[in-house]
Amino acid sequence: MEITSHTHHISQQFNIELDDIKTHLSEMGGMAERQVNDAITAMIEVDIEKAEQVVRGDRKVNSMEVSIDEECARILAKRQPAAGDLRLVITVTKAITDLERIGDEAAKIARQAMALGRDGAAPRGYVEMRHIGQHVSRMLHDSLDAFARLDLDVALKVVQTDKTVDMEYSTAMREMITYMIEDPRSITRVLNIMWSLRSLERIGDHARNIAQYVVYLVMGEDVRHGSYEEIEEQVQQEQQEQKNSDKS
Amino acid sequence: MLETTDVVERSDISTDSGQATEQAAGEQLGSQQTFATTDTYPMDNETVKLEVKDLNLYYGSDKALKNISLQIPEKKVTAFIGPSGCGKSTLLRCFNRMNDLVDSCRIEGEIVLDGSDIYAPGVDVAELRRQVGMVFQKPNPFPKSIYENVAYGLRLQGVKSKRVLDTVVENSLRGAALWDEVKDRLHDNAFGLSGGQQQRLVIARAIAIEPEVILLDEPASALDPISTLKIEELIYELKDKYTIVIVTHNMQQAARVSDYTAFMYMGDLIEFGDTDTLFTNPSKKKTEDYITGRYG
Repeated sequence: MEITSHTHHISQQFNIELDDIKTHLSEMGGMAERQVNDAITAMIEVDIEKAEQVVRGDRKVNSMEVSIDEECARILAKRQPAAGDLRLVITVTKAITDLERIGDEAAKIARQAMALGRDGAAPRGYVEMRHIGQHVSRMLHDSLDAFARLDLDVALKVVQTDKTVDMEYSTAMREMITYMIEDPRSITRVLNIMWSLRSLERIGDHARNIAQYVVYLVMGEDVRHGSYEEIEEQVQQEQQEQKNSDKS
Repeated sequence: MLETTDVVERSDISTDSGQATEQAAGEQLGSQQTFATTDTYPMDNETVKLEVKDLNLYYGSDKALKNISLQIPEKKVTAFIGPSGCGKSTLLRCFNRMNDLVDSCRIEGEIVLDGSDIYAPGVDVAELRRQVGMVFQKPNPFPKSIYENVAYGLRLQGVKSKRVLDTVVENSLRGAALWDEVKDRLHDNAFGLSGGQQQRLVIARAIAIEPEVILLDEPASALDPISTLKIEELIYELKDKYTIVIVTHNMQQAARVSDYTAFMYMGDLIEFGDTDTLFTNPSKKKTEDYITGRYG
């Protein structure tokens, strides 16, 4: 049974509580998204002040995780949600863990940016950083969008983009290694870039996780360890079934 | 036997290729309510104890049950949930022909217990009710001692040996998780027990005559939370020996105690499936709305 909303409970208060955790998740997502974008900018533009700002901002993301978790625990204890509501609460508790990790990765990038700011910019890697950064930032945005609108198509797109990001990450790694072999004096600074690229790749993975939770939330199918093709097939099957039952 | 295989095959088709085939299968069989056989029919590894086949029930001109078909597996707990007046208690009462006591009640279709139709002519209703025991919402002990309450059914059957009676009373009270609480006052009046204890006494009375199926109609809704949990724990233990069918308004209770759940609405069986799936990912919107507490 595909769900399309979480409203219309007989208990208005329950409606409000579920709405709240969704809103708060969106806020936390927006916050994480800003952190990631700022960290990328700080890195590319070698902006130490911005980087410091990102490191400080991570605390806010962490505290949001804790408070949303508490809200979810309260709903579980008081309302004993079932079916789609239960899946919503579970999805939110999982998604905020990924968002918190995304915040951590953004802070790591910011710390690398601060190091590079002190030691002088790296000779290579900014093009890759910008390119992969754009992809990852888009993925995160889309995964949150998919969550807010319970949109399976957008969620699928995120899962697909993650494959591209993984590929681009390996290519970038090879390039960086080649460069370090060519010019060993740059190793420390190129390594800073490599760690940052690694963080971006991890952020992509977390965004993909969130997109997969959206599939679980909407369809009730756990697709965490499936390939893109398997997930796509399941989603299409569900959409077809939904169409059939709408007609009948 | 043939019938059973037929149903299993039908469920296989619908599981494999979804709703479209399910509908086609429904039409092929000429059933009006295609959703009576849901797409997640989970009975592959179960022995069927009770089978309801195309059951219609009328109170006068009102149709209270509409074309119900389902299978109740042996030694499992099956819960019926649904809003008031949806027909779940009516269906439960069909299983030991309690509805025979209602004048205006008329039944079409079959209910098969261990392969034979319980509504066939010549069925001994008293024997049926021994096989299929029932416990109601309000505990209804007889105004007798605890001991006599449990021994009552056996005395009715003509058992006189004190040794046999003693054994059965003790075993039944143990089975109903009441023995330790009453062993020192077996000859006190049953009305002196608390509500929860009375309900367990009634269950002990029901199992004393060794039924095969126990029907529980809201067994815990008049009890406090602790007694409720004791009854639930008891249900869990009883399913080793008996097939249990329970009607409950408490959805968490259905989710906790049952292996299979049937959701009924306005006399229709909307969805029947294994409890875990039904409570996390139901396949029908009506079920989702009901178990999550939404407007219908």
